[in-house]
Amino acid sequence: MKKHLLSAADLSRDDAELVLATAEEMRSLADRPIKKLPALRGRTIVNLFFEDSTRTRISFEAAAKRLSADVINFSAKGSSLSKGESLKDTALTLEAMGADAVVVRHWASGAPHLLAHAGWSKSSVVNAGDGTHEHPTQALLDAFTMWRHLAPSNGGSLDGRRVVIVGDVLHSRVARSNALLLQTLGAEVTLVAPPTLLPYGVDTWGVTTSYDLDAVLPKADVVMMLRVQRERMNAAFFPTVREYSRRYGMDGRRMATLQDHTIVMHPGPMIRGMEITADVADSERSVIVEQVTNGVAVRMAVLYLLLGGSEPAIGGDE
Amino acid sequence: MSLSTPQPAPHGPTDPSADGGRTVLDSEAISRALTRIAHEILERNRGGESLVLLGIPSRGVPLAERIAAKISEVERVHVPVGSLDVTMYRDDLRMRPARTLLPTQIPPGGIDDMTVVLVDDVLYSGRTIRAALDAMNDVGRPRSVQLAVLVDRGHRELPIRADFVGKNLPTSLAETVAVRLEEHDGEDGVSIL
Repeated sequence: MKKHLLSAADLSRDDAELVLATAEEMRSLADRPIKKLPALRGRTIVNLFFEDSTRTRISFEAAAKRLSADVINFSAKGSSLSKGESLKDTALTLEAMGADAVVVRHWASGAPHLLAHAGWSKSSVVNAGDGTHEHPTQALLDAFTMWRHLAPSNGGSLDGRRVVIVGDVLHSRVARSNALLLQTLGAEVTLVAPPTLLPYGVDTWGVTTSYDLDAVLPKADVVMMLRVQRERMNAAFFPTVREYSRRYGMDGRRMATLQDHTIVMHPGPMIRGMEITADVADSERSVIVEQVTNGVAVRMAVLYLLLGGSEPAIGGDE
Repeated sequence: MSLSTPQPAPHGPTDPSADGGRTVLDSEAISRALTRIAHEILERNRGGESLVLLGIPSRGVPLAERIAAKISEVERVHVPVGSLDVTMYRDDLRMRPARTLLPTQIPPGGIDDMTVVLVDDVLYSGRTIRAALDAMNDVGRPRSVQLAVLVDRGHRELPIRADFVGKNLPTSLAETVAVRLEEHDGEDGVSIL
């Protein structure tokens, strides 16, 4: 039975487009006086966060609450998790509490997969970011944002649209999930980063890579800037911040070379002055705030499609 | 819902002749029924002021649009038309796989203090209408709610009745009523399969 969302690769094109169409309906809820739907009444969703993440957690929490689910937040700090409890015992505890879905963020790549497949619990597992591996709901909200801006003038799809993802690809689960999902949806993905920040095996992802940002910008329909994840860096990947931002940062000069319809995205939290300058982040092209709004709608769509019926409408096997 | 069976089949063009279906309303009959409904709505509400038509997707929406067009022909008033998706309010939501949501579009003026006429193609168990009443509760508070359906096939499971009926169609539970509309299926017609 399909019931988990662990990787962007779990989604077929039909699945992904169903999520986007459902998210569009969920988004219209924001304009109504009562921003609540009864679909998940009586279901329990646990936010299990082994790693700090305010925005993803509150986004999932808002999404679950708007669907009338009961939400339990379980974060590593100040809980049994910091006392050395294993993932297995945590899972058994949640199972005993009757969780219908577990939204998990973990510093270790593959933890959500283990939680889903080890047989410890029967709940649906939604990956909310695991190590440097994947972050499928972020990719869905990014795709949803692109789809809203670019699909209407492109026959209702992202076919052939050029997406440039710039920066710390090596440590970015967002880049990996986006590369998978955007190709499923028909877009062309180019990753731009210094050689030290491109992961081993990137040639198997089916994407184009480049070290030269200025060369790819004029053709881009979407430019997505990634945060430089210094907390995950245990070596010198580039000489200085100044050199990085001169070669790979988005500033006013580079923004001027973009096509008129091109949008600038950032998954947040952004470091102004590092990968993006304030004038770009606050410009008309920037859809960074919109991404946050879309995040709630997309997570509502995912939770509804996984938990709303007798069996899930999307997601990975078993 | 176009195919009214205990387990409604998915929407889609159906060919009644292939299944030996019996046509009960043709294009002209549907048009006449909708014209009569438009007149009855105006009569009941003393003109078209503060009326809103909400169609239940998918086939209720084009029916609502057609009725609104007929009302504006007769009375020269513009009646706002919207759509109201009831998927999430269905009592059988948990019994089947998660279903695709259909568009909900509330006209800009909202529904507060308006007379809302819900429009659907077939009235059967009444459960869709119950869900619609719940869905409307989250959108606003109309002054009153009325119900218009193209076909009433009976077999109600809830205390719900229609105010405006295109055709009362006595059916057995084994039969299926298929409504086809130009906007969805390329042609107009109601048949029993």
